[in-house]
Amino acid sequence: MRFFLLALLLVSTPVWAADSLIPKLDIGKGGKCVEEPQWMRKNHMHVLLHQRDETVHQGIRDGKYSLKVCIECHASTKDDSVIGRADSFCEGCHRYEAVKIDCFECHSSKRKSSLAQEASLVQKESK
Amino acid sequence: MSDTNVQRRQFLKTSVGAAAVAIAPGMLLFDMAHGKTEAVSSKVRWGMLIDTANCADGCNDCVKACNKENGLSGGLSPTDSQWIRKVELKDMRSGREVSLPMMCQHCAEPPCVDVCPTGASFKRADGIVLVDKHTCIGCRYCMMACPYKARSFVHEPLHDQKPDVPRGKGTVESCTMCVHRVDKGQQPACAEACPNKSILFGNLNDPESEISRKIRTVASTQVRADLELNTGIRYQGI
Repeated sequence: MRFFLLALLLVSTPVWAADSLIPKLDIGKGGKCVEEPQWMRKNHMHVLLHQRDETVHQGIRDGKYSLKVCIECHASTKDDSVIGRADSFCEGCHRYEAVKIDCFECHSSKRKSSLAQEASLVQKESK
Repeated sequence: MSDTNVQRRQFLKTSVGAAAVAIAPGMLLFDMAHGKTEAVSSKVRWGMLIDTANCADGCNDCVKACNKENGLSGGLSPTDSQWIRKVELKDMRSGREVSLPMMCQHCAEPPCVDVCPTGASFKRADGIVLVDKHTCIGCRYCMMACPYKARSFVHEPLHDQKPDVPRGKGTVESCTMCVHRVDKGQQPACAEACPNKSILFGNLNDPESEISRKIRTVASTQVRADLELNTGIRYQGI
């Protein structure tokens, strides 16, 4: 019986481990995405790449996909950023997949309208 | 024609009409909310006319506004980016002194674009000369080619850039004529900040624009006009 339990434990361990390894992301404000989340997980890099050329070279700034809009919804409500922590919206997955993100060497990773700052101001006022 | 057929036609007509009425305002609202969707065109050529007579000696407001708008440090060391700088000129014979802001001249025939090996340095259809930092490899040929010393190289990693103005280490950058503001219908930060209104921004291709009318009536100069680059920035009084 003891041997059986041990065997069961050994067999089931990888399943727990895999579960705990999947990144838990802080999705910020969240809300309805411009596409289905599953589609975005697979294709976000393609749409960003396509639209950046239109924006930089042709000045079309109101396209459907925009890094700034991603950040506006998905930056953490704690630090207004999509990178920097293990559960940050961009960095969480990219660390898990071991894919380097170059975007934020130039682009701001923070949302323009700071939610974290507002929250801390509200906290200060309420104190 | 049978009666049912006529009725059917009538029904189709009314439903198409109703659909048009229902959709049209939505499309209108969509257009209004999203601004313009078309690409910039060569019908417009953005330029500036700088009146050096009004440009106050020692005033640095345009430079400060540029630094603030674009998130530049404002430092003056050889490795700090300068997109616009104040230049003081003095005619040694007469002693006449002129002060003027100097930046990317947004040439119609830009040498920086000619030499760029990757196509990162480019001129937009509306005449604004930019660097596509996604393709810039940081070779700095454009910096050597520019007769106005208008471009800077980013030597150090940067943090907390402005969301509208991405900048990064290893790429060349220069005055963008505040392209993110111009696309929204605003003026460049320097033109807006000038206390004496000596920077006039406008469309050089529109004969009725204020800048075109002024260029027709007063004498203006292109810096290093001998190079025939047809600059978008013109100076008055030098």
